[in-house]
Amino acid sequence: MSSLPTNVVIAGLGGQGVLKASDILADVAFGAGLDVKKSELHGMSQRGGSVSSDVRFGERVFSPMVPEGGADFLVVIAADQIPVNAASLREGGILVEPSQIDESSLQNKKGINVALLGVLSRHLPFSIEAWTGALKRNLPEKLHEANLAAFALGRTQR
Amino acid sequence: MNCPKQELVLSLMSGDEAVAMAAIEAGVRLGTGYPGTPSTEILETFEKLGGKAQWAPNEKVALEVGIGVAFAGGRALVTMKHVGLNVAADPLFTVAYTRLDGALVVVSADDPGMASSQNEQDSRRYALAAGVPMFEPSDSQEAYEFTLRAIELSERWQCPVLLRMTTRVCHSKTIVRPGTLTISEPRAPHFEHDFPSRVMIPAYARPAHLRMRKRLAEIAAWNEQEGPNQLIAAGSSLGIVTSGVAFQYVREIAPEASVLKLGLTYPLPIERMRAFAASVDQCLVVEEGDPYLVEAARTAGIEVEGKQEMYRFGELNTARVSRILNDDCSPEAKPVPGKPPALCPGCPHRSVYTVLRDLNCLIPGDIGCYSLGVLPPFQAMDTLVCMGSGIGVGLGMRHTLPPDEAKRVVSVIGDSTFVHSGITGLVEMVYNPPETGHVVLILDNGTTAMTGMQEHPGTGRTLDHAKTGKVIFEDLARALGVPNVHVIDPTQDIEEFKKLIQSCLDKAELSVVIARRNCLLASSAIREYERCNEQPTN
Repeated sequence: MSSLPTNVVIAGLGGQGVLKASDILADVAFGAGLDVKKSELHGMSQRGGSVSSDVRFGERVFSPMVPEGGADFLVVIAADQIPVNAASLREGGILVEPSQIDESSLQNKKGINVALLGVLSRHLPFSIEAWTGALKRNLPEKLHEANLAAFALGRTQR
Repeated sequence: MNCPKQELVLSLMSGDEAVAMAAIEAGVRLGTGYPGTPSTEILETFEKLGGKAQWAPNEKVALEVGIGVAFAGGRALVTMKHVGLNVAADPLFTVAYTRLDGALVVVSADDPGMASSQNEQDSRRYALAAGVPMFEPSDSQEAYEFTLRAIELSERWQCPVLLRMTTRVCHSKTIVRPGTLTISEPRAPHFEHDFPSRVMIPAYARPAHLRMRKRLAEIAAWNEQEGPNQLIAAGSSLGIVTSGVAFQYVREIAPEASVLKLGLTYPLPIERMRAFAASVDQCLVVEEGDPYLVEAARTAGIEVEGKQEMYRFGELNTARVSRILNDDCSPEAKPVPGKPPALCPGCPHRSVYTVLRDLNCLIPGDIGCYSLGVLPPFQAMDTLVCMGSGIGVGLGMRHTLPPDEAKRVVSVIGDSTFVHSGITGLVEMVYNPPETGHVVLILDNGTTAMTGMQEHPGTGRTLDHAKTGKVIFEDLARALGVPNVHVIDPTQDIEEFKKLIQSCLDKAELSVVIARRNCLLASSAIREYERCNEQPTN
């Protein structure tokens, strides 16, 4: 019997960096040698509508989508998208939301997606080096400093 | 001899990217297609990896170009979304009769659930109808492998091959291990006369049809023995026949079931299916979309159960597969509605729809971002059928409605859509003008915005944004003989724009108004491309 995959749903609005955040998370899990699948719907997302992205990782992953009510973690970048996505979280699952970040401490408000990954990272078994590497691989160099700071803020803030 | 391989490292990639990587590895000479979610990233990735990729004006032209590549001995990859295959259906059905010298792989990306499409047609029906073999990958690894296998099969049997993707296969990222298959080097392009195999006049087409059926019988026999089908033998109480991404859901939900997973779903390995069904107490087919496998099995006299009709609609997922297995047809919980997409703040289409709504126009519309004009606050689009339909539908309405209504009809079409299949509509307008005249409004925002800012013949830039020939819509309309042709920026002076539309509506003449203003999201990139292209290249 293989162990069950870890299920993460990242949600927000078009333009908030939902897909970027899920790319970074998937990259971290992939770097740890796990099977990883990530899924979302593209297309209309750039028009400001609701966007969500599913990341699953573990020993073996079949479906690329997180089962309804099966998310271990729900990361919501726009507070008004919590009700829309709440049903994806399993009982006892963990919600990561913008209120957990002091936005005034962010160098750039756009870094909220990465700051929330920082919060999420406290619950996941990946090293800070793995996160740093994935952030750098997935973002242009000029954004590294601000995003590493945003991540650190989320990782340390209570 | 095998092709040189890139460094063989595992990577996490989408199905679209995996198809592109395989095409590079196979030395595909030309990738062509028309942008359409969820297929668009295949050619964009192919280009980034160093392949020669082009956007065609539409899928029919793309397929014809691909046919030419394959007649000339090259390997061709042609990509489109499922509805694009309708546009390309004419060449598809007849190229299936011909003999290729190279390879021709046609990707059709289906969109069950219609995440961003106007219907959820199932491309597998096309494989059957046109007599074209079809592969169905279930993840990125298979997207990679099946692309290579499709090229191989195409060259071995000298026929076109379809690769049916779906949204979840195209856009999900899964791990790909390259180098699992090797493929022969492409041959050197060369054209040999072969009139009976390539000139489909009736006298040659009749024997060609016979040859095609014979070829399909051979491929079916091959599929029985060596096809890319997978048997997972577990218990004998339940057996599941499946294909595509549904396979993943089945494996997650029913690890105790035996599974026959089909990779080449046309022509089917019917005897394999029969033997599998006979080996289990209960045989169930779990497939996304139409009951294609179920019908084929039953026609062959194989006793199988299919999913319940309610699961024909929308995508499958693990929850729905679980319900199918439990024969659960109780109503499904409706998802909480999210925030719908909307025209961006500052989008030039906003001015256009404000004016059309104020003028109480009847608006046959078309496909693109501007389709969002149907939603509040504008509610300024009355019809949407397919690419280019707005012009023809508008003409039909003008021919039929009483004059006071007919005079309010304005066809609205975007720039890329106009090139795709609006031009023939304009020809129709000039040839069969309605008594009240007509007004066609081309919303030219300088890009194929909805699919992610791709170039098209009206931008004067190629897929990789280099300068090329440019189709100038106003010149085209004038050359066709449209008496009133206007170009206006609808955002500059909205009253001026309104006056122009009103004056066109008041005339019982033909008018084309080009509302030209770059897409807000694309404008800085467009300025950059223009700057680069202006620099002397000496």
